[in-house]
Amino acid sequence: MRTASRGRDTSKWAAILLFLPPALLLFSIFVVLPAGEAGWYSAFNWNGFGRPTRWIGFDNYRFVFDNRAFGTAIANNLLVIVVSLVVQLPLALTLALILAERFRGAVALRMLFFLPYILAEIATGMIFSFVYDGNYGLLAAIYGWFGAEAPHLLASPATAMPAILVVIVWKYFGFHMMLFIAALQGMDRGVVEAARIDGATGWQLQRHVVIPLLHPTIRLSVFFAVVGSLQLFDLVMPLTRGGPADSSHTIVSFLYTFGVMRMRVGFGSAVGVILFVICATFAFTYKRWFMRDE
Amino acid sequence: MAITRRVLLTTAALTLPARFAAAETVVKWLHIEANPAQVKIWEEVARDFEAKNPGVKIEMSFLENEAYKAKAPTLLQSKDRPHIIYSWAGGVLKSQVEAGVLEDITNAVGDYKDRLSPAAVAAFTVDGHLYGLPHTVSQVGFMFNNELFAKAGVDGAKIATWDDLLEAVRKLKAASVTPIVVGGADKWPLHFYWTHLAVRIGGKAGFQAALKGENGGFEGPVFQRSGELFKQLVDMQPFQTGFLGFKNPDAVGYFGDGKASMILAISSFYHTQRALSASKNGIGDDKIGWFNFPTVPGGKGDPADTLGGMNGWLVTKGAPKEAVGFIKHFISEDVQKRLAAGNYIIPTYKGAESGLGSDFMRNIARNIAASKYHQNFYDQDLGPNVGRVVNDATAEIGGGTMTPKQAAKAIQDAYVQGN
Repeated sequence: MRTASRGRDTSKWAAILLFLPPALLLFSIFVVLPAGEAGWYSAFNWNGFGRPTRWIGFDNYRFVFDNRAFGTAIANNLLVIVVSLVVQLPLALTLALILAERFRGAVALRMLFFLPYILAEIATGMIFSFVYDGNYGLLAAIYGWFGAEAPHLLASPATAMPAILVVIVWKYFGFHMMLFIAALQGMDRGVVEAARIDGATGWQLQRHVVIPLLHPTIRLSVFFAVVGSLQLFDLVMPLTRGGPADSSHTIVSFLYTFGVMRMRVGFGSAVGVILFVICATFAFTYKRWFMRDE
Repeated sequence: MAITRRVLLTTAALTLPARFAAAETVVKWLHIEANPAQVKIWEEVARDFEAKNPGVKIEMSFLENEAYKAKAPTLLQSKDRPHIIYSWAGGVLKSQVEAGVLEDITNAVGDYKDRLSPAAVAAFTVDGHLYGLPHTVSQVGFMFNNELFAKAGVDGAKIATWDDLLEAVRKLKAASVTPIVVGGADKWPLHFYWTHLAVRIGGKAGFQAALKGENGGFEGPVFQRSGELFKQLVDMQPFQTGFLGFKNPDAVGYFGDGKASMILAISSFYHTQRALSASKNGIGDDKIGWFNFPTVPGGKGDPADTLGGMNGWLVTKGAPKEAVGFIKHFISEDVQKRLAAGNYIIPTYKGAESGLGSDFMRNIARNIAASKYHQNFYDQDLGPNVGRVVNDATAEIGGGTMTPKQAAKAIQDAYVQGN
């Protein structure tokens, strides 16, 4: 008995010694070290040349929070999260509930809805910047049929962000739909059958049986949506580059435009640290509160 | 097997350096020129240099303008850095000098610099040391379409003051002609308005004072007034619909297509408006016109003062001496005349402007020669960060989201903060 347990212990340690170092090493080199470096740089006024020497303490953080565009960027990120949760997820869930059933064309429709997700973000952005173009775009053509003049959606601070939100929903709802379809197909049909025998029908069945069974997937989907929203960058750049008048920046596009492009490495690092803190806080609390069971 | 390989590798290691030394010196040249017609000439110039200097190879590589600006700090500090790089002089050049990534080429160039335009050479001189050589200069001013002007009864030759410009805009609008096209999404095309107004209102003294923080710096009366006059124009809605969504190439193409009557242009757009137009012909010499940026009554600037660029090549630390040789060759009389004949550049080599291929470009060269104060683009001159804030703030005046006062304050705040 004792020998057996010791044998198991040894093999457990062997496994740890074998598998932990590579993972730990990679994690340190590519995550911990850069995060620490960013924290260090963020205390300097540094343009990226030579070594950082002009120590300015927390001034970079003050500059970040004083910057009007940063406030807009935070608000936009929140807006993306809200739209993802309020528009995108319900849409994905509804479509999943319909398309998880077996009927002619279901598979084709699933593929069709999933396609936007496969497209590269930059390509998507380029395509939609043509669609939205007020002079030559698809939108302009549609307006043209009715003899109206198309608005330049991406050229106005009021409409640029909504236009980006449409693209985000279009691009990512298919991914969440697929998550739900996979969960639905893996679901124990017995429970659903039992509810049906008990007399549950249509909406009752979905509302009280199917959706509760989907809860773990919904929590996962929310997690992806929020983290993805926080990291949003590559759709914004080809569409508006954060403009006009910095109205459509996200935290990451703000970092790129005001940190990288302006050779303010310290300032950019401060933005990076802020984003890291937001993401890490969210990820840990969310896992703790909502995903405990998984 | 393993032993054979090791032997082979050792032999290779022993013989390779010797063979390389005997073979050639490679000069790596990084440029940002996107016009294939001009790059073709540059390539020929490089091959020509190689033919005259056996054992030297010029290796050209290209980065897009914005990508180059983003990558420059990392690139310049790597061991594999290019030997010759593009520069707009100004504040960015200064920070590169401070970082010690550039080679002092004062002695290597010697008297050669006397053959070039002194103002342009001065732009590449920091604290008495020369770090690069200019190959072209440019002027900012209004390029216009004669045909559209005629339609509205506007005479481009008679626009001399700011009020004349506003009057022309009013007439053009009344005749349903889009008065001005601008690439507002890129921001810097809008910053030309504010900065050129400042050149007119404050003159050289005004700018120097702001640099020293005198008279309220960039928040002072000169710059507030620039903002107010710019806003006068903006309030007339002179720009094409959706101008904040247009990138500069879109805007230049729009002008080339004859859809708007004016563009506040860099003189080199004379060439690019053809390439970027739908027909590839653009506005021909018979229809294109130019007037200098209007003066402001009571302004302290000399009407002959100009705003524009001074572009050239820097040599990076540790570059082979052939790099300087190549730059000299690139900015030699023959090459400068050849590029001038094609109207690609306003040359910096004294006398090469006589080779300019069109009246339009000869006029620009005369303007720059007559100018006693050629102000470099603010967004380059003030350094990578402050310059971009000038672009942000002036674009916001253009978009109506900042008042002239707020914009001036934003710029002064950034200037105090530094790069």
